[in-house]
Amino acid sequence: MSYFRAENLSLHFGGLKAVDAVSFAVEKGEILSIIGPNGAGKSSIFNLISRIYRPTSGRIFFEDQDITEQPPYDIAKLGIARTFQNIELFENSTVLSNLLVGRHRHSSTQLWQELLFLPSVRANEKVHRRRVEQVIEFLDLEPYRDKLISGLPYGVRKVIELARALCSEPKLILLDEPSSGLNVEETDDMSFWIRDMKSELGVTVLMVEHDMSLVNRVSDRVIALNYGRVLAMGSPAEVQQHPDVVAAYLGA
Amino acid sequence: MRFLFKTDYEDDIKLFPHSGYLVTYGVLLALLLIAPHVLSSYLMSQLVFVCIYAIVGVALLILTGFTGQASLGHAAFLAIGAYTAAYLQKYNVPFPVYFLAAGALTGLIGALVGFPALRLTGIYLVIATISFALIVEEILARWESVTHGNEGMRVKTLSLLGVTVPRDSPTFYYLCLAVLVLTIVGTLNLLRSPTGRAFVAIRDSETAARSMGVNVALYKVKSFAISAAITGFAGVLFAHKLSFISPEMFTLQLSIEFIIVILIGGTFSLHGAVLGAIFIVMIDPFLTYLKDDMPGIIAGIAATFGAGPATAGSIQSSVAAFASLNGLKGAIYGIIIVLFVLFEPLGLYGRWLKIKLFFQLFPLYKRATFKRQKIYVKSERNR
Repeated sequence: MSYFRAENLSLHFGGLKAVDAVSFAVEKGEILSIIGPNGAGKSSIFNLISRIYRPTSGRIFFEDQDITEQPPYDIAKLGIARTFQNIELFENSTVLSNLLVGRHRHSSTQLWQELLFLPSVRANEKVHRRRVEQVIEFLDLEPYRDKLISGLPYGVRKVIELARALCSEPKLILLDEPSSGLNVEETDDMSFWIRDMKSELGVTVLMVEHDMSLVNRVSDRVIALNYGRVLAMGSPAEVQQHPDVVAAYLGA
Repeated sequence: MRFLFKTDYEDDIKLFPHSGYLVTYGVLLALLLIAPHVLSSYLMSQLVFVCIYAIVGVALLILTGFTGQASLGHAAFLAIGAYTAAYLQKYNVPFPVYFLAAGALTGLIGALVGFPALRLTGIYLVIATISFALIVEEILARWESVTHGNEGMRVKTLSLLGVTVPRDSPTFYYLCLAVLVLTIVGTLNLLRSPTGRAFVAIRDSETAARSMGVNVALYKVKSFAISAAITGFAGVLFAHKLSFISPEMFTLQLSIEFIIVILIGGTFSLHGAVLGAIFIVMIDPFLTYLKDDMPGIIAGIAATFGAGPATAGSIQSSVAAFASLNGLKGAIYGIIIVLFVLFEPLGLYGRWLKIKLFFQLFPLYKRATFKRQKIYVKSERNR
């Protein structure tokens, strides 16, 4: 059995088949990229996994557990974190409190304990803070700890979103276009971090990406989509030479 | 300017980031404690109202400022707290019991209001909470066996542990102050723990909060319940302070006053609730003063500019007639809200921060420091 599995996943908006009977599997510890032209259904698949949309049909399995009917907040509790294509940060908070929200799935304190800020809450907060610091160190975010998000440049926000996802100590991380809007150097950094996430933190990565050089550098396997259907699956080189993929990108 | 060097994770958790805060708040607390021996009984009475309004302000900040759920129904929560106290008093329930009962009941009703609010945002939520407030007002007027309808209810003098505490005694003031301080400390504790962060997360991006494992529905209901419960506590104090309650005290205008408290104080910090409370309590005597003295002053000015006694007299009477128009107070409130939203969205506390920063950075302060920038427009797709 594979680590993460989507079976015949479909999402229809009326007559439009955004995702049409897509099946794929992610092995533990691999980096799998989903590529495809605009509107191919890449982000829709992510939104199906994190339950922002409800699939029309099909099932999703994670660690041999059917998660198709889980409520969205439970998906994160199971250890699936995600980033968004168009950054969804908590704008009016500091970087630190953004990252601490990432720790939410590990918080175990009760409301009345928090109102009194009992020693157990304090101890928990320190653990959260230490974990957040490790992620800050991992992603070189030290200069920004106490800055407000609303004053930070786009490239930094992108990294903070990745950091927030990592703070939840995910088993599987969904990256929705991690390099969009980044310059060449920032994209380089991103590719190193993605590989380090896999090798150092042991996170499995599922990623949607347009930048083919990034895909080539980090991916173990690639899935190409068009019109909600899988065109090809395999190593980056194989997929790029697949005649259907070439046709989809260049027109046949 | 002071630079903080953090050497411990504890530094990010502390309520007082440095010793300066301890000094400032210590002095403030000392001043508040000696206030009854210094101030006149009229000002003491106003100070008690400041405390009560500030408690409601903090409650509303939790819901509106931090969770981002607007409410124009807080007068109803206050009414429920007040009536619970008055009703339980009839059966000789001791103060601590009915105080807690009022908070619990209001909190429960707040949670019930929170459920339909889960599907509503923005202006629709405001309409829903207004309807709730109107329903409560109507129930208070009609459920005569419990609330005595429009006749109102008399609230007996507070008795705490066998000691009677009259509503204008220093002890009553200390009680209100203690409830306010406890509310503020509890709220600060909440804000530095996971629940408070979840609230703020919901305010800024529900989608992101959800994908980080925050049960958005549960936390919205929690926020409603906490906010309502605190307002319920304030309601008990309010009832005791007025010693008589009737449905027409808990109208929409009161809810709007609570919104003014946080809008004018500043919606991003608890300081705002207190500053806003001072503003709203003090504006009433100020308006009365204007109403009484302005006609004479304007007529005097007119006379110095050469208007005859007849003209001055007619000016005086027409200004007086204008000042005693019905609904003028509401109009002034409306103008104040509009002006603040337009020119000082961060409220009085935001203004204070700007002034402070000006002197800290002197002469380097830039006017654009607090300017809100939209660097990147967020996609609406995921909502």
